[in-house]
Amino acid sequence: MADLTSNFVGIKSPNPFWLASAPPTDKEYNVRRAFEAGWGGVVWKTLGSEGPPVVNVNGPRYGVVHGSDRRVLGLNNIELITDRDLYKNLEEIKRVKQDYPDRAIVVSLMVPCEEEAWKAILPLVEETGADGIELNFGCPHGMAERGMGSAVGQVPEYIEMVTSWCKKYYSKPVIVKLTPNITDVRKPAAAAQAGGADAVSLINTINSIISVDLDIMAPSPTIDGKGTHGGYCGPAVKPIAMNMVAEIARNPETSELPISGIGGITTWRDAAEYMVLGCGNVQVCTAAMTYGFKIVQEMISGLSEWMDEKGYSSTDDFVRQAVPNVTDWQFLNLNYVAKASINQDDCISCGRCYAACEDTSHQAIEMSADRKFSVIDSECVACNLCVEVCPVESCITMVQQEPGMIDPRTNKVVEEKHGDWTTHPNNPSAFAAE
Amino acid sequence: MAHSTSTLGIVSGRLDSELLEQNFEDLHAPLSKHEALVASDRCYFCHDAPCMTACPTSIDIPLFIRQIATGTIDASAKTILSQNILGGMCARVCPTETLCEEACVREVAEGKPVEIGRLQRFATDNIMSKNVHPFDRKASSGKTIAVIGAGPAGLACAHKLATFGHDVIIYEAREKGGGLNEFGIAAYKSNDDFAQKELEWLLSIGGIKIEYGKKVGSEINLDQLQLDYDAIFIGMGLSGVNSLRCIGEELENVDNAVNFISELRQADSLLNVKVGRDVVVIGGGMTAVDAAVQSKLLGSQNVSLVYRRGKKDMSASIYEQDLATSKGVRIIYNATPLEVVKNNSTLNVKFGYTETIDSKLKQTGETFNLAANQVLKAIGQNLSEEINSLKISNGKIYVDQNGQTNISNIWAGGDCVTTGDDLTVTAVAQGRDAAIDINSQLMKQIKKEGQ
Repeated sequence: MADLTSNFVGIKSPNPFWLASAPPTDKEYNVRRAFEAGWGGVVWKTLGSEGPPVVNVNGPRYGVVHGSDRRVLGLNNIELITDRDLYKNLEEIKRVKQDYPDRAIVVSLMVPCEEEAWKAILPLVEETGADGIELNFGCPHGMAERGMGSAVGQVPEYIEMVTSWCKKYYSKPVIVKLTPNITDVRKPAAAAQAGGADAVSLINTINSIISVDLDIMAPSPTIDGKGTHGGYCGPAVKPIAMNMVAEIARNPETSELPISGIGGITTWRDAAEYMVLGCGNVQVCTAAMTYGFKIVQEMISGLSEWMDEKGYSSTDDFVRQAVPNVTDWQFLNLNYVAKASINQDDCISCGRCYAACEDTSHQAIEMSADRKFSVIDSECVACNLCVEVCPVESCITMVQQEPGMIDPRTNKVVEEKHGDWTTHPNNPSAFAAE
Repeated sequence: MAHSTSTLGIVSGRLDSELLEQNFEDLHAPLSKHEALVASDRCYFCHDAPCMTACPTSIDIPLFIRQIATGTIDASAKTILSQNILGGMCARVCPTETLCEEACVREVAEGKPVEIGRLQRFATDNIMSKNVHPFDRKASSGKTIAVIGAGPAGLACAHKLATFGHDVIIYEAREKGGGLNEFGIAAYKSNDDFAQKELEWLLSIGGIKIEYGKKVGSEINLDQLQLDYDAIFIGMGLSGVNSLRCIGEELENVDNAVNFISELRQADSLLNVKVGRDVVVIGGGMTAVDAAVQSKLLGSQNVSLVYRRGKKDMSASIYEQDLATSKGVRIIYNATPLEVVKNNSTLNVKFGYTETIDSKLKQTGETFNLAANQVLKAIGQNLSEEINSLKISNGKIYVDQNGQTNISNIWAGGDCVTTGDDLTVTAVAQGRDAAIDINSQLMKQIKKEGQ
């Protein structure tokens, strides 16, 4: 079995699967259960300053976008940071860390944007023996109204400033958790780096209204007739999060900055995808909230099996491996030609490929009287829509046209050499760029 | 309990009421809302869906399932009922395993089709339970059409005609409407008096009057109807039963399966329905299966269903055959009745084995005997009599593709006509389509009259 041990910015854990700072890590009881189930680490639910804790609503906090068979595709929440006493949390952190020295415990923090506030809390956290801190600059709801959470994360200067305070008053790794509610994630990442962050973690939740109650004309979840925007997470946000991860990983300015990946990770495969895009480890929340802590067992066995198959002996072997292949559109090879191909043995004749292509794409699939569906190569632009709407996996595939063949759509020979937009004759600035 | 499964002869009360109730429960229990959502979720919303093509009434199945999935169940019911006004009954009695569900691409993909029949029932039951009738009548056309028979074909025709604004008088030979839905289908497919409830709901469109106890040929005369009405639709079904053409057929306790089923359906209590200890059903269609299975469910000890050809030739589907065997019916293929002999108080049926040689059915010469208290004949039905000058073809009323007979103002549909399978759903389609044709003819007439 492959070695899954992880060393993320000096924080060691038996596997790269951490629970993200969220309801599952709010207290000792849950965290102990998580560790017993096999989680490599947790980021403890965000602590606030000393004093009366925040309060949560007493109505529904969560809303969900369901997929087929009520599968949870996206989860929205309006829960705030911990509503439990600071010292109780600190005691519990210390006790759990003592009992599970091999697991990672990182403490998430959110206090006002004043140096004194950070100076006050950091020694208390240091004293718990936790492995590091994560700065919650991401929560988009509630706390942001009070000048914290994403209100900080949206201003790179504040990120840099607060990060530098933390580095000043805390000796262990500082991870900066980024909000996706910005236009260019590279800026806050660079700011965190400039402030001395050991790593960034992303994404926090996305501002969202999950659904609207059409009877009472209010967003759901509804509290006494009103709703507010919440933070969206779960499988639906994974593509958005992965792009942000990749943007930071391939930006020369931040390419050395370690990343902890967060956003809709549900299976070992999701985790592996994040890691090859540049994440040293991953954090999970929605999947655990949907299925319970046991899912980590599949993540461990799955990642391990895949690593064995591929011959990776440690996670370092594959982290960042896909980063060089994330490029700009302008560098995609326009001389690469593919055509859809339908495997007639696998086809169940539902006709969804036909409906999609005929109604919304390139009229490149024909349907016979006896419901045989075949691709018209002279029309097919290889858009992949048919592949994706087909209910049978791998029934329709994209077949590369070998160089030298004639593309019946363009009547041109498929060229072997790379040719992209930067050199394309239709690009007005193609030659100027040279 | 006075009687048991082993009591000799033909008696009622072989099983107690609790067991009878259990035995005659819905064959396919209705889906709960949750089950319906899960089931509807499986539909792929196919392009030009094969299920829709396979449905004799061409219900837009992907659309009605999507409407269930999106929480608009009334819209779903309307999608069904606009094509098939007896969609509620068809959801119960259609052999979906040989129609829509056989064509479902998930049957191809996984051997497990979308549960179209049960979903259809979910939608139609829902709207009917609220007593909502989702169709309106057009302004009165001033035309009146006579419909003969209040079975599926007649009712579908009458309803469609009523929506067009015509008035309809239905002449029904029996004292109750519904036709085979009421009299001829296994009780476990249509329980809780559904046929009557559906009839009542259908009539709530308005403009349809039913006169019961009016049989064509005796109480009513087709020639007179032609004079009195603007058009006639015949959906009289088949009232005659084919004979075995073997010795002993006339003996006591050699009965028609349709009568047995009808008596069972009309019984006040299943406790009062008599059934033999040893029952032999002869035939291979749905009526044969319905009679055999219900005999068993009533408490017969031995029920044999004997069919003269092989398993695949049987017009009852494999599903129906499996249902019968699962209830304890023994199916004997390739045997034809030769003689029924009275043997003291019981009967003895002599069968000859058959084989098919060069697509011709021949007897092998070998025989066997089955003891029986009750023999039920289910080898098909016929028109029983010719009707005026209507053209008859293969023993049934000839109709063209529009359902029109050889007489210009008479249309016909359902089991009594030459075309289509003898299914409720086919009868509905034929009744509906005839109504559309009748309407277009009457509209032409009205236009002419106006000129």
